[in-house]
Amino acid sequence: MQQHFLIPDSWVNLAYVAAAILFIVGLKGLTHPRTAVRGNLQSALGMLLAVVVTLLADGLAYQWILLGALIGGLVGGIAAVRVRMTQMPEMVALFNGFGGGASVLVAGAAFMLTADPGARTTVSTGLSGLIGSVTFTGSLIAFGKLAEILPGGQIGLPGLKAFNALMGAAALACVGWLTVDPTATEAYWIIVAIAGVLGVTLTIPIGGADMPVVISLLNSYSGLAAAATGFVLMNNVLIIAGSLVGASGIILTRIMCKAMNRSLGHVLFGSLGPGADGPSADDVYGGKVKATSPDEVAMLFDTARRVLFVPGYGLAVAQAQHVVKNLAGILEGRGIVVEYGIHPVAGRMPGHMNVLLAEADVPYEQLKEMDEINQEIEQVDVCMVIGANDVVNPVARTDPRSPIAGMPIIDVDKARTVVVVKRSLSPGFAGIPNPLFAADNCLMLFGDGKKALMELVESLKNS
Amino acid sequence: MDALVAAVTVFVLAVFIGFEIITKVPPTLHTPLMSGSNAISGITLIGAVISTRVDNPKLATILGVAAVAFAMINVVGGYLVTHRMLGMFKGKR
Repeated sequence: MQQHFLIPDSWVNLAYVAAAILFIVGLKGLTHPRTAVRGNLQSALGMLLAVVVTLLADGLAYQWILLGALIGGLVGGIAAVRVRMTQMPEMVALFNGFGGGASVLVAGAAFMLTADPGARTTVSTGLSGLIGSVTFTGSLIAFGKLAEILPGGQIGLPGLKAFNALMGAAALACVGWLTVDPTATEAYWIIVAIAGVLGVTLTIPIGGADMPVVISLLNSYSGLAAAATGFVLMNNVLIIAGSLVGASGIILTRIMCKAMNRSLGHVLFGSLGPGADGPSADDVYGGKVKATSPDEVAMLFDTARRVLFVPGYGLAVAQAQHVVKNLAGILEGRGIVVEYGIHPVAGRMPGHMNVLLAEADVPYEQLKEMDEINQEIEQVDVCMVIGANDVVNPVARTDPRSPIAGMPIIDVDKARTVVVVKRSLSPGFAGIPNPLFAADNCLMLFGDGKKALMELVESLKNS
Repeated sequence: MDALVAAVTVFVLAVFIGFEIITKVPPTLHTPLMSGSNAISGITLIGAVISTRVDNPKLATILGVAAVAFAMINVVGGYLVTHRMLGMFKGKR
């Protein structure tokens, strides 16, 4: 597709290079909370530059561009301002999908406009349609699961793997068809349709616990789709921006898989091993669980010098972040050192719990990574586990036959005293009992997270 | 063919830069990283813009407008929500 600009082509390309540099510098800003806001603005400036220069292209239908930009800008703007932080996974899932969808449409339009396309164009167009369309429908399914519109559990259908393999092969065959006969525009839309079905059938069997992996992976796909579109248009800034996003998504996918001790193949195609042959809940808990009261916990703090909070997603569900911050404030007022130990999969997407705590005004210096806090956990006097279960289950260390064997955990059982705030002894996603609850140094504070913590705050104020 | 080799070179180098930088992003900022990269993948906006030429077939323009809308959701929504989120990360006062 030949494009002419109102300014020399070399200026346009230089502006694109500047935009790409701003994206890279912007991402670099995200390596520290202090520089992150500036980094995001630099990245946005790069986008503005790339778009403004592109608008100088010859013969554009500006009224149509304005229409699309107004609709998209309005939808995106309203969503960004109104979304609650607990809903960030849903929003990112949807945005991944829109990114993939945009790539499908752009590659489709560009292909129509290319006279006599060569193999480079047909293959990259086909891949753009394939990846983009899988991203689009896959993200909609992920959104549905996260928003609890669709059932969140693992769904196993017989023959699904064979079906997916067949569909994937068919889509690739259509890419071949397009290359042999570039006039067959319908082949492109067949690819898009097949990939759309594939996105659904690949995502629907994946369980809710694995969603952090899935949205990271779809994030990566949305970038790769944009990069493929860059190959269609032979546009460097699209290729660079797309591959940055692709790389970012892949890294996050790897981190999430490692944090859950699951291989990517397992998440996508396998299922959690049955935990049935492990010890039963009665064997583990029988007579050894000690329930406590808010007053008793308040007394624990009298002699404590270092307190660690370990939040799980249950904390966010109970909307208890602000009460935790309140409690932390009282403890700090008594000269106690307060920290938060964050497991990588504590929330429902990478870094989710950190955002939820930052929203409650917890300073980021107090948010400690799992590895960092594990090295010092023996010096913690009181460890408060709130709404977390599998990620603090010592069985991951001790029992090689357990379904979570080898999963990295926060070693809260090594703290001097552990208080677990939890509704009941019910198991987490892994479906296995947690011997931590029966440990000598563990006390159970049963009840709704928010209510229990508010009672604890009251007790502390009265004492 | 030379153009393709050049494009592949750019792609591979950009992936490497991406890996180098992103591995240094702390877990605390992984959610803003994802929403920020949502915004960056909205770069397809520039592809969408040049698909809407006045002398193009109707269908290409329709596809282009829809793509502009999708990409703009990502660009505006992505940068705005990232900005909002990053504003919440405060150090000790």
